[in-house]
Amino acid sequence: MIEAVRRAALRAGGVLIPSITLVAVVAALVAAMTAIVGYDPRVALGALWRGSLGTEYAALSATLVRATPLMLTGLAVTLAFTAGIMNIGAEGQLLAGATAAVAVGLVAGESASRLVTLPLELLLGSLAGAFWAFIPAWWRQRFGVLEVISTIMMNFVALYLVGYLVRGPLQEPLRIYPQSEMLPAAARLPALATGMRLHWGFPIAVLCSVGLWWALRFTAAGFRVRVLGINPDAAVSAAQIDVRKTAMRAFLLSGALAGLAGAIEVTGVTYSLYENLSPGYGYTAIAVALVGALNPLLTAVSSILFGALEAGAAAMQRDAGVPSVLASVVEASIILLLIAFRELRVPGSVLLRLRASRPNAVDRSSSNRGRMPGQS
Amino acid sequence: MTDATSPFLEATIRTATPLALAALGETVVERAGVVNIGLEGVIIAGAFAAAATAGVAGISGAFTTAVLAGLSCTALLGILIVTLRADQIVAGTALTLLALGVTGLLYRTMFGTTGVALTIPTAKPISIPLLSSAPVIGRALFVQPAPTYVAYVLVPLVAWWLSRTRAGLSLRAVGESPAAAIAAGIAPDRVRWLALLFGGALGGLSGGCLVVAQVGTFAEGMSAGRGFIAIAIVALGRWSPLGVALAALLFGAASALQFVFQSLGWNVPYQLFLALPYLLTLVALAGIAGRHAPPAALGRGWLRTS
Repeated sequence: MIEAVRRAALRAGGVLIPSITLVAVVAALVAAMTAIVGYDPRVALGALWRGSLGTEYAALSATLVRATPLMLTGLAVTLAFTAGIMNIGAEGQLLAGATAAVAVGLVAGESASRLVTLPLELLLGSLAGAFWAFIPAWWRQRFGVLEVISTIMMNFVALYLVGYLVRGPLQEPLRIYPQSEMLPAAARLPALATGMRLHWGFPIAVLCSVGLWWALRFTAAGFRVRVLGINPDAAVSAAQIDVRKTAMRAFLLSGALAGLAGAIEVTGVTYSLYENLSPGYGYTAIAVALVGALNPLLTAVSSILFGALEAGAAAMQRDAGVPSVLASVVEASIILLLIAFRELRVPGSVLLRLRASRPNAVDRSSSNRGRMPGQS
Repeated sequence: MTDATSPFLEATIRTATPLALAALGETVVERAGVVNIGLEGVIIAGAFAAAATAGVAGISGAFTTAVLAGLSCTALLGILIVTLRADQIVAGTALTLLALGVTGLLYRTMFGTTGVALTIPTAKPISIPLLSSAPVIGRALFVQPAPTYVAYVLVPLVAWWLSRTRAGLSLRAVGESPAAAIAAGIAPDRVRWLALLFGGALGGLSGGCLVVAQVGTFAEGMSAGRGFIAIAIVALGRWSPLGVALAALLFGAASALQFVFQSLGWNVPYQLFLALPYLLTLVALAGIAGRHAPPAALGRGWLRTS
């Protein structure tokens, strides 16, 4: 009994201590950067707090709303990295999912029932994301093209494709603004409660996180994915794993999660398609996943922390005039610090967790071009 | 036909120059066994440094600060991936995100969020006597701003250096087999550091060239994937400076196609042209499948013997 309590406390501490450290580091980074670029750090930090967690409205309707796409794209990156796949393409996969969902919603229109339209939007959004990931996955298996490069190229292609669609076939009827028509009410995700911006996408994202955690930890398919990420050679020789099939499935599911993020964002938040739909959720997702030590449950927690940072940064721009792009500087600094501290082996750092759980194949994927996971 | 050819060739060379410079630097980096995924960040840092200083320091001052910005980016990367042996791809991605964020932040604090386009003095084309009067290609090749000539000189120079000098051999040894290099008395860390700095200088120059010799202004994220395209160009050029220069020309031509289609009056969505270099990268990378031989130790850290 006492042993169980001690273990539970240790576990909670294992999450809490790094989280508190992280929050302190973020606050210090924000204060330093605002001071460097010439703003009052106290005003900036005050705005950051009020805009993120300071009020119930900010926490529920700003932070968690921003955390939703970060959680799903973060899970996409977590899954891919766990399998040793460097999917940097969550941004493009998100846009593909958003595009498909908006197209479905506009076609279905006001007449169709929400019970039909919504599942279709989310399903086709996920499929579009998976399709956008399929091209680099196939390219990798067929031609050995590094997915780091191809997924980034696909991000740009998706961006220009959306740019074309919202000025062409999907433009709003007045043809003034480069955006699609607004989705009809029946094609929108409802809010969790009236007067709240938080929508049903958040519980869906949390479900996905629990589901992915369970699947990676307790199913045979999850085991195959983890083995593939740790050592593709052993996956073949010792575990008799079909590397191509496992890598392809993990890559597609990763794309589907990012696509779902896009579908949820347009049906729950923006209600329309436009180019700047995502302020780089797919890139922030890398920081979210790394801070979450590639564990789906911790990734969900870290997405809320990053959601708070982004919501707070928006408030900082509004109230203190600090450019909100500061948030991406903080995010990149966190990744760099994590990398540096892991390598320096600073005791007690979050990075030690990362080292333990990060698969070797992420390193290998850059070196062993001939024998990538999934390449025969 | 001729009135479309000459501007097309000229635009090809102009857009190929920053790609060729960055890719040439990356060639040296990769021959030393390091892949600089942060090249995109190096380019945007160079671009911003040039844009911020061109007004006060003039054109040559802008190029100098661009090179310095590129050097500081790769110094940061060197600490992480050479000295601390962090994962090259994760560290490079983080550097890119950092540089995009920092340049965006500095741009907005220094020049405001009002969206007023920053106008910058631009490098004038320099005409090379005699050569510039050659038919068809003369104007396109030899009436260009200074960075293009830097590329003309550096491509054969680096090719010679890599294949014909002792230092070049050492660098290639580190990229193929760090263990063998150590046995031969070479310090892989030092070689990789120097290679990274060289790549950073050229990447910064590439960004400066983008601003001062091409666009004439700065915009957030204006590097627009050129760093990643340059990495693809290195693979397409099969890790040889001459091949890389030719591959850069191919990408320059793809970007320059829009001028041809505009002059022909074709009605194609302009986003297609914007997407063309990225699509071309995807196709080109598939095209070299199985026929490329990257340095054997590319992307791999090596263990300290002590």
